[in-house]
Parts: sequence; structure tokens; C-alpha cells
Amino acid sequence: MSIKTKALTKSIWVFHVSCGSCNNCDIEILDCFTPRHDIERFGVQLIGSVRHADAILITGAMNRKSVPRMKKIYEQAPKPCVVVAVGQCALSRHMFRYSYNVREPLDEILPVDLYIPGCPPKPEAIISGIAKLIEKLNKGK
Amino acid sequence: MKIIFNYLIFPGLFTAICVGLLAGWFDRKISARLQWRVGPPWYQNFIDIVKLFGKETIIPRSSRWTFILAPYLGFLSIVLAAAILGKAMLSPLESFYGDIIVILYLLTMPAISMIIGASSSRNPLASVGASREMKLVLGYELPFVLSLIAVIIKCQGSIQLGSIINYQISFGSNIFSFSGILASIAAFFAMQAKLGLAPFDISEAEQEIMAGTLIEYSGLLLAVYKLIKAVMLYAMPLLLICLFMGKDLGWMLLILKYIGIVLLIVLVKNTNPRMRIDQALRFFWGPVTIVAALSVILAAVGL
Repeated sequence: MSIKTKALTKSIWVFHVSCGSCNNCDIEILDCFTPRHDIERFGVQLIGSVRHADAILITGAMNRKSVPRMKKIYEQAPKPCVVVAVGQCALSRHMFRYSYNVREPLDEILPVDLYIPGCPPKPEAIISGIAKLIEKLNKGK
Repeated sequence: MKIIFNYLIFPGLFTAICVGLLAGWFDRKISARLQWRVGPPWYQNFIDIVKLFGKETIIPRSSRWTFILAPYLGFLSIVLAAAILGKAMLSPLESFYGDIIVILYLLTMPAISMIIGASSSRNPLASVGASREMKLVLGYELPFVLSLIAVIIKCQGSIQLGSIINYQISFGSNIFSFSGILASIAAFFAMQAKLGLAPFDISEAEQEIMAGTLIEYSGLLLAVYKLIKAVMLYAMPLLLICLFMGKDLGWMLLILKYIGIVLLIVLVKNTNPRMRIDQALRFFWGPVTIVAALSVILAAVGL
């Protein structure tokens, strides 16, 4: 394991994109930074600009409007950058599966590294997802 | 040889980065404890920097050279300021004549480099951040210079850090006089704004304009900006110690004073919401400038 990967796993800066979600997943993501869960102790930080991001958290079903924007955001992120799908909508389109406006799930648009299921996922689930992501990064590179 | 050692290792680059990053961790840890969280481990800021070195650096389609060179400009000058300051505190007799003015100019360079870098990135949010930073510089430089003038008058017109320290060693710290305490209050607020911490983090307001001036920077160049912040967090409290609390500069007392000032910065940062840019300007040109001007008058009278 190189020092680069080790540093990456110990300080994941997260950029949070909502592609038309109902806001519940977003609230649960913000819950991870509250005193009870506090994932800043693992070095995870929410940041404002995608240029600083190591991970992009995507919530919500990808509708026609947000697909090109999401692709643009992904191209703007500096690599190595992982994509995390949070919530059932981002995973499988959930109740919008037969909608005229949501044509494809997220993993047909972007290479998704981690899926966190739930509607919405609990903060504990998001934290365990981050632990799995770190494991994967350590093994893979 | 000695000069290179001073610039690169001891009071300069290496020490400044280590102490600054540790102080940055101290800031994050205390903030976390104030919010009843646990907070990151002590090596967190070092890891952040190492990680940023390993990331891809994206350069937008813009004026490339100013975009790339601006962070280095700010970094080199702030390290030079830290080296001059540390050297003057180590051996007050060896400092050169007029170094306080050199430091005053060098401490402005990070803000200027940030303005240059942000404006050359061609991002609308970055240009909003740059314009806010520019207004903030206009705001805080006036009371900062006034409080420096108060100290200079107080120390019988010497514009040399070494003789200011020597004056305080023989006549007691400046902060225990009327003019000194007023000047130190003004300088403290100017320091808070120079460091870009709340309530004056207007140019980087994360909730409004995302990352403001730093929005287009990534990888190595962002790491250089983070290091500028760290070295600022090393240099500014040291300058305040030098100007206002220069009586006892033994190792233990120096570290205690440094930690005390950083703690005060963190407490102010955590208990105050962000100001708007017009409020910040009104604050700096109103009460803070009045306090600083009062301290100049008091120093001229001799209090």
C-alpha cells in the first residue's frame, strides 16, 4: 500500500450532490457530521467545491435535467475520485422506475464505487459504507 | 549558509509548517470539543497536505501563469515573513533596521496572491470571493497599521523588531499600558481577518459562494494555499506576542502565550457568525479604527 493511498483513505473530502432527491438522504448525510456520529474523527470533511473532492456523494434519481450536469461535475473532479451512490433512488430509481423523466440508473451513467442502500440510509449505514470504501481502496490500489 | 538554514529549517519553512499545521489541528480539535464532538487525530492536517500532493492538479482554461504562480508568490513571502519574525525573536540584536515594515508588507502578500489567483481562474464565484477579499484587505489594513504605529511610538520610534522586544524587556510588556491594550485589541481583530477565520471568513464563505477564492484550485496548488494558511497561523500570533507581550520570551512562556492566543482565536471563531462584507467594513473602519487611533493618541501622550 503506497503512502498516497494511505493518505487518501485517512482524509476523504466529500462533495455532496443532490440530483433531485427528496432531501431525506441529504439530511442523513448531514447527520453524519453531528456530535452523535462525528465522522470528522476519520478525517472526512464536507467541502464546497468539487475541485477539492475525493468522493462525490450522489443522492436522488437521475432525471434528464441532472444527467448532463452530473457528468460535467464528475469530469471537473480531480482524480483519484470515487463516486458513492446514497439511497435507493440513486441505486435503482426506486419509485421513479417507470417515470418518463428518469431513463437510466446512476451506474449506467457514472462508474459507481460504492452503493449505500436505504430510504433513507441511516447515518450508521453511511459510516459503515465509508469503512467499506476505505477497505476497497486499500485492497484495490 | 546560516541565512539558508534560518529560511528553510528553523524559524522558517519547516518549523513554520509543522507548528502551523499543529495549530490548525488544535483549532479543529477545540472546535470539535466545543460542539461536543470528538474531533480529528493530531496528524490530520499533515495527512490532508500529503493527500493533496498526490491528487491531480486541474488548471482551468484561463491565464495559466498567474493561476499557477500566485500561490507560490504568497507562500514564499509568508515564509520569509515567518523567518524574519522568528529570527528577531531568537536573537533581538541581530534583526535589521526597518524589519517591521518589511513584515507588514510581506503579511499582505497572501491576500494579494489569493486575489490574483482567484481572478485569473475565470470562475464567477471566485471573482466574488476575490472582490470580497480585496474589500476586507482595505478594511483591516488601516487599524492594523495604526496599531503598529501605536507600538512604534510607544517604543520611542524604533522600527526594528529587536529593539521593540528590548524596550519591552526593560520597561515591561506593551499590553499592560493603556495604549498597548487598545492597540492589541485592534490588532487582534485585524489578525482574525488576516487569517480568514469566522466572523471574517467572508471571502471563503462555504455556504454562500462554495469555496470562494479557492474554488478552482485542486491538488498541489490547493495544498500550497493550505500551507499558506498554516504559516499564517504561525506568524500572526508570533507577531502579536512580539509587539505586545515581548517581556518574557523563554521557551515555556513563549509556547504558553502562543497557545493562549490561538485558543482566543478559536473561541472567537466558534462563537461568532459570519459577517456580511458591508458589516465587516463598517466594523473595521468604525469601532476598530477608532480604538486603534485612540491608542496612537494615548501612546503619543505617553500612557
